[in-house]
Amino acid sequence: MLYIPCPHCGLRNENEFHYGAEAGVGYPDPNTLSDSEWAKYLHIRANPKGWLAERWVHFAGCGRWFNLWRNTVTHEIGPVYLPFTKQPKAPAPETHRDGKEGSIQ
Amino acid sequence: MSEIHFYFDDQLYKGQPGEPMAAALLRGGLLSITNSTYHGRPRGVIGLGVEEPNALVQLVSGTKESMRPATVIEVAEGLTARSLTGIGALPEDAEEARYDKTNRYVDTLVVGAGVAGLTAAAEELRAGREVLLIDDQPTPGGHLRHLGLELPSALGDMLSHKNLTYISRCTATGLYDQNYIVAIERRSDHLGNAAPVNRARIRVWHIRAERVILASGAFQRPLIFANNDRPGIMLSHAAATYVAVHGVKIFKQAVVVTIDNQGYRDALRLHNAGVNVLGIYDARSTASGASVDAAKAAGIPIHFRATVLDTSSNAEGILNGVTIQDLDTKEIVQTATDLLAVSGGWTPIVDLATHIGIKPTWSGQHAAFLVNHTTDKLRTAGMLAGDFGGDDDPAVFFGPVLDAEQARTAYIDLQRDSTLHDLRRGVGAGLHSIEHIKRYTTIGTAHDQGKTSGMLTIGALCQVNNGEPARSPADIGTLTFRPPYVPIPFAALAGRERGELSDPIRITPLHQWHVEAGAVFEDVGQWKRPWYFPKPGESMEDAVKRECIAAREGVAVMDASTLGKIDIRGADAGVFLDRIYTNMFSTLPEGQCRYGLMCKADGIVFDDGVTTRLGKNHYLMTTTTGGAARVLAWLEEWLQTEWPELEVYCTSVTEHISTIALVGPKSRALLGELVKDIDLSAAAFPFMHSREATIDGIPVRIARISFSGELAFEINVNWGHARYLWEKLWKLGRPYDLTAYGTETMHVLRAEKGYVIIGQDTDGTQTPYDLNMGWIVSKKKEFIGKRSFQLPYLKAAGRQQLVGLIQQPGEELIPEGAYITVLNATQDDQGAPADRHGKTQHTGFVTSAYYSQTLGAPFALALVADGLNRMGEVVSIPIGKKVLQATICDSVFIDKENTKRD
Repeated sequence: MLYIPCPHCGLRNENEFHYGAEAGVGYPDPNTLSDSEWAKYLHIRANPKGWLAERWVHFAGCGRWFNLWRNTVTHEIGPVYLPFTKQPKAPAPETHRDGKEGSIQ
Repeated sequence: MSEIHFYFDDQLYKGQPGEPMAAALLRGGLLSITNSTYHGRPRGVIGLGVEEPNALVQLVSGTKESMRPATVIEVAEGLTARSLTGIGALPEDAEEARYDKTNRYVDTLVVGAGVAGLTAAAEELRAGREVLLIDDQPTPGGHLRHLGLELPSALGDMLSHKNLTYISRCTATGLYDQNYIVAIERRSDHLGNAAPVNRARIRVWHIRAERVILASGAFQRPLIFANNDRPGIMLSHAAATYVAVHGVKIFKQAVVVTIDNQGYRDALRLHNAGVNVLGIYDARSTASGASVDAAKAAGIPIHFRATVLDTSSNAEGILNGVTIQDLDTKEIVQTATDLLAVSGGWTPIVDLATHIGIKPTWSGQHAAFLVNHTTDKLRTAGMLAGDFGGDDDPAVFFGPVLDAEQARTAYIDLQRDSTLHDLRRGVGAGLHSIEHIKRYTTIGTAHDQGKTSGMLTIGALCQVNNGEPARSPADIGTLTFRPPYVPIPFAALAGRERGELSDPIRITPLHQWHVEAGAVFEDVGQWKRPWYFPKPGESMEDAVKRECIAAREGVAVMDASTLGKIDIRGADAGVFLDRIYTNMFSTLPEGQCRYGLMCKADGIVFDDGVTTRLGKNHYLMTTTTGGAARVLAWLEEWLQTEWPELEVYCTSVTEHISTIALVGPKSRALLGELVKDIDLSAAAFPFMHSREATIDGIPVRIARISFSGELAFEINVNWGHARYLWEKLWKLGRPYDLTAYGTETMHVLRAEKGYVIIGQDTDGTQTPYDLNMGWIVSKKKEFIGKRSFQLPYLKAAGRQQLVGLIQQPGEELIPEGAYITVLNATQDDQGAPADRHGKTQHTGFVTSAYYSQTLGAPFALALVADGLNRMGEVVSIPIGKKVLQATICDSVFIDKENTKRD
């Protein structure tokens, strides 16, 4: 279970949160998009191996949405930031727990 | 300490309180504890703890727990157990013991109270950290306990340090991301009859630690040779411990077979305890070190390049001799013995580290996989990190070369009865990965999850090429270890959240009245809702008929308090609702209500309900009972993450406002007796309008909303005043034959009018158009989901659309969920209509089905492919071997012109 730093409440267990997938995907102007562009907005989100900026909501706490960087391989959590604030840079590629660069083999 | 008594297989045994049952059984002369699961071979204790693959027992006393290794059960007065052949049985009775959970946040967690763990804990304390030390044994010391040694006083004293919490009998079962550890503490079994009644039997610990130190130690492992499973063959460390520490005196002679210096240490202990050690057979060509010198000095014969190839037994299957092979000359000799002590090397307990993805590394010198890991957050210590102590010569990773016949009795997984023969067959079938071999042979899949067999499998896989190591263990890698490290009873995971505490129960302020009125309840989410109100002797069918007639012809009342209610305020509330709902709300006049449908961005209907405009910047939204939390979260998501410029505040008021629905042609007359300060006439108070009023000084809001098609009033009142109002309504309602109705009647009434329930009449793939509700989709404004209606697949022909199904009077009711097929499709051999491939051609399914008193026939709502273009078509509904028929019709069954609602 992840230990997630809510920017309002502090560190809490993952089961107090809901996941909101990739951060920074704004609601587009629907009428300027082709069908395939609209379908991409609806259904396609980044899911990289490594650092991903993603949305979370502290559902069972303050109820607020926020964003954070999470490493999808090591589950390390990086900078946390509020919606509509500048996105911090992605952390440097991680050193894995084994001390090796990269991902779990 | 005083002796205690316990029963095993109806025999009385004596033991010291707290000692392992395995020790007491061995001391009592019981070598063969059970028969193996599949091959029926006699088996005895081989190990010292949770690694034990053989000696499973079924508790007969206490919790009657199944499949517990005799090596981990502490004997206590009153304990009764019996032997178990592999497959346990759950007790018939409900579990009565208590279980609980606790959370702990700590600077440092140390797993394992052996010397390495204790030393690490002491370092952490010196650094000023608060330490939680957990260990699965009854007392600290790890291997020192097995040697019968006391803790060094410095480590013993540390246990009373004010910043240290030491929990015994506590096993870490899983290590998860960010230093989250789950552990189970066994708190009462060891006390037997003396256990306090109220004490939780097992406590589940949820631990978050800044730093985790894993000092989980190691298990000794066996060797693979023919007939290596007989009672009398034990791990050398276990044999020496049972003999030297627990006073087991049943062995006269012993043969020790080893690949490391541990065999020498254990041979010495056996020797010193009076067992005649006939010889140490060491597969290595040489060995040195203090233990080797001591064994020599004690006069124990030592044979290098020699090992055990096979064993023999007496008529009961108990070991009585071994076959020794000289590895160079291949000569064999037989030796009679009643104990064969096996030292196959140490297997560090890497499980916890691997739970979070750390890969163990192979050390040839240790003949073991190690986790030597040091970061600020997590480090390993002791044997796990490769600190095997002493002056050991390197071990070898070894097994003798066995022929095909010998391989059949060369057991790798004793619990699964999986042999070297099975493994070779797997390799012969082309399997190379250890994960495939595991699944093919079932090695490592029993209660012990391969604690002894995993490494043997790796060793055997190294050898399959004519005994020459074709691969090194590093190439093969370990099995994947997953939590839990030891079995956890489900009851422990449930803790106190069982029965009525398993989920919160939500009740309305009128709940007690419903109970007293004899309501039968149904669960709607966490809510208890009256399903129907049977009079004495009435069936459900009778009650629902009576309730329906009252609502359609007289006056009936329902508790609708569970409706989700969200108070929405702010200067931009109207604009916001326009974006959320498919229809307009910013133009809704104050004091009026409007039904709305909301979609997700993909155009799929998500929830519905009536929203009332209470003021210029104030709306009250209602949602489906089950959808309230979901809808509030949806509104918040858009407000917080997309439209922060909108000034809108959403508050859940579900449990602030109780709603009483008064329904039927006589509802206006009855309400008129209750409400004197407003005009209830249709002209003054039109349909879908809302009015403030007072009843006996209690402020109420009354809305002309109908979920039945009848004249109806929804009375909204403060939660705390609802019961008073409800009672008053019943007093005044007596002359009107006021009838209470439940959710079943509500469903019949709404379905007769074709009102959908989102989630029942939809399956998450319907647009408003599929529900024949294009009329509610605004063409003038933007809203969430609108763009998706242009997507080709949402416009395509053949989509499932909501229609009605009407049956002939007297026909059998269609079960909800039933498949609908085209009429008279050819029948398959089950009697169901089938296509030419023998598959049933279904064209839709039934979502709601009821008997209609008004129509005098059963009817249904259904989702049917292209259903809106198939009015009047007769379809088949195969139910088992029966085939029902129904006619597709409009989903509004009664009063299409809405004449009754005024």
